[in-house]
Amino acid sequence: MSGIFEYNGGSIVGMKGKNCIAMACDRRFGQQMSTITTNYQKVFKIQDNILLALSGLNTDIHTFYALMEKEINLYNLKENRKMKPTTFANLVASALYERRFGPFFVTPIVAGLENGKPILATYDSIGCKSDLDDFQVGGTGGNYIYGACEAFFKPDMSPEELEEVIGQSLVSGCDRDALSGWGGVVYVLTEQKLTVKILKTKQT
Amino acid sequence: MTDFALTTFSSKGKLLQIEYALNAVAKGDTAIGIKAKNGVVLVVEKKQSSILVEESSVQKVSLLTDNIAATYAGLGPDFRVLAQQARKLVKKYDLKYQEEIFVQTLSRELAEDVQVATQRGGIRPFGVSILIAGYDEEGPHLVQLDPSGAYYSWKATAIGKQAKNAKAFLEKRYNADMEIEDAINTALLTLKEGFEGQITPTNIEVGVIRDDHVFRILPPSQVKDYLEELE
Repeated sequence: MSGIFEYNGGSIVGMKGKNCIAMACDRRFGQQMSTITTNYQKVFKIQDNILLALSGLNTDIHTFYALMEKEINLYNLKENRKMKPTTFANLVASALYERRFGPFFVTPIVAGLENGKPILATYDSIGCKSDLDDFQVGGTGGNYIYGACEAFFKPDMSPEELEEVIGQSLVSGCDRDALSGWGGVVYVLTEQKLTVKILKTKQT
Repeated sequence: MTDFALTTFSSKGKLLQIEYALNAVAKGDTAIGIKAKNGVVLVVEKKQSSILVEESSVQKVSLLTDNIAATYAGLGPDFRVLAQQARKLVKKYDLKYQEEIFVQTLSRELAEDVQVATQRGGIRPFGVSILIAGYDEEGPHLVQLDPSGAYYSWKATAIGKQAKNAKAFLEKRYNADMEIEDAINTALLTLKEGFEGQITPTNIEVGVIRDDHVFRILPPSQVKDYLEELE
């Protein structure tokens, strides 16, 4: 299958702010040129202070998310404590590498707050982890979102600024990408709360 | 490997093989552990059968990872096997989470291996009780792991030949405000109480971990200093 990562389409982006992080994704679930639904979830709350965004083949997005849910639930029960975001970030890397020769066709982004400090990590589909200082993108519209992020991003933004910047970057990126769009969702995580906002993009 | 279990219940509901394993432990050289506010100490008898034995080659306190170590009472080779299994468990955890393993977690996982030996076909239980000492994010820990697979957290405990007397001694001497230096002295005093013959820096082994999360096995020169302080 040429472009297995392009088959379903979809884009994600993660960003660091001042004591906060944000994740955004589009809502399209397609099969090549057809759009099937416009409300597919690609960002998941793993724990109160950890978000996992996944782009790529939708079946693997769902399965990998379910696998991570299982891991963190078992960890909570066995260890009787919450998982740290840096620990979860490492877990994602080893879970991906476990399938080195039959990988999950996903490119995850993990974002979280550890003792108030923002954590952001991204991976290729076989678990190469990169810790990032600013932002990262994933999915078919990734490159377009990169451009917008580079232009609008500045370090240490407040939650409100972050929400605006990540939202605009996602929307303008997805507008250019045929396989991403049909709405966007922005998640902003601070020590106090997680806000979720639904955005309108070009309806094509 | 046989298909049937060697450890089976008696009519009274006991697992005799485990009782006998505990007997083996009770014959072993005494080991003492004390948990202080800011550290943990392990002290163990290392009496050799003959003066010809190379004392420095015998290691009874084994490091499981930078911040956790263990010692034992009972069958030395069984301890060696379990220590190696514990080290592998630590590394497996480290590969998956890249995080320092908690003492409680390691104890629980190692205990599972010990329990399996009481139920799987063709193998006998381990003939050791292990004292695991470590300092993790939660603080200092001292855990005893028995041949049955049961594990207990202690403030201070003793296993082996002098266990009963040593524990009685510890009950009087222990207090929750102890600092690690007091704990080391108390542990040495406790061991000295039931020691056959003269206690020297080479016929005991002392391991200490403080709040720097680094477990250190004290060289005989340092043990000598502590022993002299006891006088």
